Amino acid sequence: MTRVGHFAYFVTVFLMVAGLFIVIARGNLIKKLIGLGIFQTSVYLLYIAPGKLVGGTAPILSDAFTIYSNPLPHVLILTAIVVGVATLALGLALVARIREAYGSIEEDEILSIEAAPGRPEEQHQPQ
Amino acid sequence: MRHDLILRVLAKLMIPFILLFALYVQFHGDFGPGGGFQAGVILAAAVIFYGLIFGLADARKLVPEPLVESMMAAGVLLYGGVGVAGLLLGGNYLDYFVLDPNPVLGQHRGIFWVEVGVAVTVSGVMLKIFYMFADRGKVDQ
Amino acid sequence: MEALIINVLLALMAVAVVVIARSRNLFGVIVLAGLYSFLMATVLVAMDAVDVAMTEASVGAGISTVLLLGALYLCKSEEARPVQKPWLPLTLSLAVGAMLVYGTLGLPEFSDAQAPIHVHVVPRYLNEMKQEVDVPNVVTAVLASYRGYDTLGETTVVFTAGAGVVALLRRRRKDRQP
Repeated sequence: MTRVGHFAYFVTVFLMVAGLFIVIARGNLIKKLIGLGIFQTSVYLLYIAPGKLVGGTAPILSDAFTIYSNPLPHVLILTAIVVGVATLALGLALVARIREAYGSIEEDEILSIEAAPGRPEEQHQPQ
Repeated sequence: MRHDLILRVLAKLMIPFILLFALYVQFHGDFGPGGGFQAGVILAAAVIFYGLIFGLADARKLVPEPLVESMMAAGVLLYGGVGVAGLLLGGNYLDYFVLDPNPVLGQHRGIFWVEVGVAVTVSGVMLKIFYMFADRGKVDQ
Repeated sequence: MEALIINVLLALMAVAVVVIARSRNLFGVIVLAGLYSFLMATVLVAMDAVDVAMTEASVGAGISTVLLLGALYLCKSEEARPVQKPWLPLTLSLAVGAMLVYGTLGLPEFSDAQAPIHVHVVPRYLNEMKQEVDVPNVVTAVLASYRGYDTLGETTVVFTAGAGVVALLRRRRKDRQP
């Protein structure tokens, strides 16, 4: 089962690399956040894949089974998923405010507005 | 979307079952997959579904803003309160063994209240974030 | 058979990510991200992580899609055409990928019962759970009882995120429509 197992690791690395590429190569802020989410899910795979035991079952104790998959990565990843969505929510709120302040969510357009002398003030009063 | 008959009927049929499923996942988390986080998210999803079909004003009448804001904080307070209860009854912080004369039943009690606290906070936060996003766009027009 | 299902689903996830990277229509990208989350949840079920699969399906595919669509509604844009070909990020990502692949070659074999993660503290959780806690779902027991402090921290993080969003997106009374 060597080839099978390591295929899972290779796909995990591919997803990680793709997420990293989306974060650093794409300029749209919402797409960057989605790329970050893809990176996070690849890390979940990286934790859970080694915990699986072929022939085992989900870690819910019952008299019919003796081999259980490892429950410890499940606990850590459960926390990580919820923290990931909390980060996404805050990031999206920031993107909404950036859109209101600069009128665009493209990274290069925002940087050019920042670099231009006498940039427009915020539309709304500072909160 | 409230004028669309099919959507309205489907929503009225499905929302009670979604709420029931959220309660099932919450309380059955000890015996099968589930627990506080999943139940809180499913509960928030039911109210968001109602808000999408029947309008945000109706959703706000059903689950008013002060209730959601207090839910956000009440869950964390409940979790911390279980820990303090452990302190008051003679054990360490978040010690469940002392919550009941029988230590195993004490563990059950502790896990139950802790999961309730988690579900309340998670559903409150998800719903509040949805309300904030929907609110911001409206006033901009 | 199980391995075949897992590998096919992983390949589908890789295809979905490539399409996400190349597509410029943000609405399509968000729907594809929801699809990716559902595929991830299925892979997790195939890997016996049922609690994690339920959380990923509800949180990743449910709430994340709702939040992304809400943000897209506020931002109303489509991704602009990239100005230049992204050669430097591509080579950088591939270099990082090569290093990571070299690292994964040192990981233990798939489904090796003597791997380090199976022999330290997990046998204690699985064996002594019955007399200490007596809750059949080991993940809930570990999450709420053995590692209760971590869950307290996580709940506080969720609360802080909610408070942060409220602070960022709140409107003062004088801005509201009467």
